[in-house]
Order: sequence, then C-alpha cells, then structure tokens
Amino acid sequence: MIPAIIIRTLTTGGVYALLAAGMSLMFGVAHIVNLAHTAFYVVAAYGLWYFGQKLGLGPIASIAITVPAVTILGLLSYRFLLNRVRQHPQAILLITIALAIVFQEILLVRFSSDLHILPPLIAGGTTISGVLVTYQQLLILGIVVVIMVTLWLFLSKTKMGTAIRATANDAEVASLMGISVPRTLLITMGIGTLLAAVAATTTTKTFFPFAWTSPLTMVLAIVVLGGLGSLKGSTIGAFILALVETLVVFLLPEQNYMKLAFALLAMVVVLSVRPGGLFGIVFEEERL
Amino acid sequence: MLGRLLKSLRFGVLPIPGRLIGVIFFVFLFIFPLISTASHPILIITIASIYAIFAVSWDLLSGYTGQVNFGHALSFGTGAYSSALLYTYVGLPPAATILLGGVGAALVVVATCFPALRLRGPYLSLITLAFPLLLHQVVLAFPSVTGGYVGIRELPPLSDSPIVEYYICLVVMTVAVLIMWKLTDAGSKYVRTGLIFHAIREDEIAARATGINTIRYKVLAFAIGGFFGGIAGGLFGHLLKTVGPATLSMTLSFQVIMWVIFGGMVSIYGAVAGVFTLYPLVELLQGTAIGEYRTLIMAVIVILILLFMPSGIAVWIRDKIERECPRCKLSNGAWRTECRACSAPLR
Repeated sequence: MIPAIIIRTLTTGGVYALLAAGMSLMFGVAHIVNLAHTAFYVVAAYGLWYFGQKLGLGPIASIAITVPAVTILGLLSYRFLLNRVRQHPQAILLITIALAIVFQEILLVRFSSDLHILPPLIAGGTTISGVLVTYQQLLILGIVVVIMVTLWLFLSKTKMGTAIRATANDAEVASLMGISVPRTLLITMGIGTLLAAVAATTTTKTFFPFAWTSPLTMVLAIVVLGGLGSLKGSTIGAFILALVETLVVFLLPEQNYMKLAFALLAMVVVLSVRPGGLFGIVFEEERL
Repeated sequence: MLGRLLKSLRFGVLPIPGRLIGVIFFVFLFIFPLISTASHPILIITIASIYAIFAVSWDLLSGYTGQVNFGHALSFGTGAYSSALLYTYVGLPPAATILLGGVGAALVVVATCFPALRLRGPYLSLITLAFPLLLHQVVLAFPSVTGGYVGIRELPPLSDSPIVEYYICLVVMTVAVLIMWKLTDAGSKYVRTGLIFHAIREDEIAARATGINTIRYKVLAFAIGGFFGGIAGGLFGHLLKTVGPATLSMTLSFQVIMWVIFGGMVSIYGAVAGVFTLYPLVELLQGTAIGEYRTLIMAVIVILILLFMPSGIAVWIRDKIERECPRCKLSNGAWRTECRACSAPLR
C-alpha cells in the first residue's frame, strides 16, 4: 500500500505542481491572482480531445495544435483584458472569474455538459515492487521533472528569466534598468498558460465544462500553502496536498469526497502557524 | 418631525441627483405591487432584496474594511442552515429563527477570523475561500442532521401571501441597508466605526499607531458582515422553504463579489444597484430564446463594464451626474456651474 500511495502522490502532485507553478509565477511577477488559470487547463483538455479524438489527428498533432493555441489565447486575454485593469486588484479578480465563466459557457454550448476523457498517451504498464504503474504515470512524472527543471533553468540562467525575477522583485527599479515591464508581464502570462496547457496533456481525469472550479480551489490552496509567488513553495505545497489527498483516498475510502476538505484543512493549519505560507514573501506595508 | 423630514428632503436629497435616484428607486420598490402583482417579477424583486442585504454585508466587510472575503457564502449558508435547524429541532417561528440564524452566522464567522486575521491581503482572501467549502463537506458528512445533498425541506414560509413576503424582505432590506450605511458612514457624528473601517482599509499600521485596536474592529466588521449575511440566508431559506448545500457554494461567494464590483465597491448604493441590475437581468433572460446564453451574456457584460468603468457602474454614473465642490466638498448636480452652498466655481 505504501508504494501505491507514493506513486499516486507523485503523479497527482506532479499535475498540481505544473498548474500551481503557472499561478504562482503570475502572482509573484504581475501580482495577478489569475482565477481563470484552471479554465485554460480545461480549454486545453477540450482542445486535445477535439483535435485528437473528434478529428482523429493523433496525440502528437493535437498537442502541437492545442498547446500553442491555448498559450496564444492566454496572451490575447492578458493583452486585451487583464492588462487593461491591472491597476485595480478587485477588478482583476472579477475579470478573471468572468473570463473563466465565458470559457465554461462556450464549452457548455459547443460540447454540452457530457463528461469527456482523454485516452492515455501510452497504454500499458509495469509492476514496480508489487504495484501496477501505468506508463502514463511514468510519462507524467517525466514531463513534470523536465518542465520544472526547464522552468528553473529558464528563470535562473537566461536573460529573460532574470528580467522576470527582477520585475517580480521590484517592477519600478526593473523598469529603470531598461527592462520592458509590460513585455515581461506578457511573457510571464504566456508561460503560465503554457504550463496550464501542458498540465492538460498529462491529465488522466475526466473533464467537463465546470471542471475548472475544483482544481482551482486545490491550486489556490497549494499556492497559498507554499507562499504566493514562490515557485519552490508551490512545488512542495503541491506534493504535500497531493499526499494529504492520497492518504484520504486510501485510508478513508468511504469519505472519498472529503479529500478537498482535508487539503483545505491542511492549508488552514499551515497558514495559522506561518501566515506567509511555507516560503512566502511576507508582505510589507505599502510604501508611500 | 415632518418639517425636518421635508427640510432634509429639500436640501439633502433634491439637489443631489444620486440621492434623488436612490429615493425614487426605493419608492418605486414600495409601490411596485400596486403596479403589478404578477408572481414572477414579485419573486425576482423579493430574492433581489435578500441578495442586496447579502451584497451590502460583503461590501461592508470587504469594501469598507478592506478584508476581501472570497467565502462570504459561509455567513449565508450558516444563517440558512441554523435557522432551518432551529425550526426543525426547536420549533421556533421564522422571525426568531432568522434573527438567531444571523447571530449564529456572526459567531461562526468570528470563529473563522481567528486563523484568518493573522493573514493579510491575498492570503486572507484565499483562506476565507476555504471555510464555506469546509462547512459544505461537514454538511454532507452528517446527512441525518442536515439532509445531505437534499438539504432541509418543508420549512414554514415567511407568510402565506407572496405580497406580504415581498414587503417583509423589502422592509428588512431597507432597514439592514440603512443600518450598514450608518455604520460605514465616515462623517457620522454618532458612530466611529465608519471612520475606523476606512482607516483600516487605507493604512492599517497608521490606524494602529493612532491608538485604534484594529484587530477588535476587524473582528467587529466580520461579525456585522456575518450577521447580516446570516439574516439574508435565513430569509432565503424561509422564502424558498428549503435549505440546501448550494447556500454554501463557491458560486454564491463569487456571485456576490460580481454584484458588488459590478455596482461599485466601497459604496452601499453600488452593491444594491449591482444586485438589482444583474440579478433580474439574468432571471429575465432565462425564459427567452437566448436563455441558454444567459450566463455567457452576464460574464461578457461584467467584462465590458470592468474594461470601460473599472470602479463600477453605479459609481461611474454618479461621477457623471454629480460634481464635488472643490472648496466645501459638498455634492452638486453636474449641471451647476457654481457650488450650491459656497458659490465656488465648479470647473
């Protein structure tokens, strides 16, 4: 049972980590709590299903179409919607909820509320220390590790990554050093939606137009638990909450529906002890 | 008494178009059953009144005090469930259960603010999101007491006649909104809370430095918000005669944020205007040919409003029809060229 718990924690935690990384990056750099983040994930899942299953283009082609398309959708919605109200923190919350609802309703009208499921990219599985592990789960782990390492290298080694971190630290000073802050924010949004779309390629869950709300709660809990704006924190938070969720599923199979409640409880406990999350930046009062 | 009322009507309401519109709006609501007694519009306005209490209570907590709460459905759901449970197990009449439901909601909300008040800004918003979801799961975990997914049914109605129910909700809404308006009025001579709430939102450290126990006032804001949210929940339960887990849903928490920001935050009239515009709009679209797209239409309207008037529609309209005197800070109609009190030029 313990190996099974470990495998499940790693795979669910991996998908959560991808989703939470985009959200955390958006908050850290642009101070935008993007409540439409998981809606992009659902849109990407529908895109993969539509191109891969309905039109029968095969997995590689559908990923090659969907991931860039969703990223462009994210860039467009940032450029024409979020960017315009960036100065009003309440307006940005509302506009992202409204955007998520727009996606949800369009999907609902176009594809009805039926459940859809993506087939695994690779079928079959193998047995590791007595537990059946599907190749899909191994693939998820591989993708997560590759993406997270790439993201870390991008942020710490490249010029663009340095610009993003500088903007997160202090947008005004970054602007004085010749960094184009609007362009950096746009690129950050692009990376965030790209990560959401990549997370959709690895998911094995069923999805429907309303499927953005429950992962949204989970991702918010993860990002808050790890500390808003901290990539390391959100990755660790993703695996902690995935462990909590998996333990509930395995130890209390009859209270399966309570897994979100236990994850939220874990978040409340951590925040009561550490108000800034595990690795969060403690907010300074606004300077005048 | 009547003379004073006429005097304040003449000098306090008539020269200020925003207040005039507000008064006309309330008078219209009170005489509406004389115009039409069709059950559908009456029910829509009754529910809108209940949601208006809920929205204003969110605005008091999140707008005025700045503690942006993503889980205000907690108070609505607690109020609804506690009034329903009080009826089912104790057998109290609706008037008592609704009031006690409000008190219960205030207690639960105050209990949640002990972990919440250690946090600030987005952390506070996101932790408050968790509480109604937690309670939602607790409700589902004890189906023998709470009815699980089905909820508690066959509650007594507020009254047998829809018109009387309409007036009950309208009067409770008017009284609740007036109380919350007074509590948040920064210029009030009698209660200090309005000024203190504004101070906490603008700069909490400065407020603390002037000797205000900000924690106490934040707890007070949570309690007031929870109480009126709970009253709204209790009324809603008795109006629909059933209380289900939907009263604790995230949708409701986001809905109230949508109404208030649409109308205009940090303004009581904005919250009321937001509810009375968006809610009937969505309900009226329901039966029509484009009913399938009603949520989409609402979301698109919200996006457009935010892009072109980010401070909210009611505040935007108010800024168009009123102008503040630069010298004496008195509101004037936009058609005036000089202030009505001190004759300072307005442009």
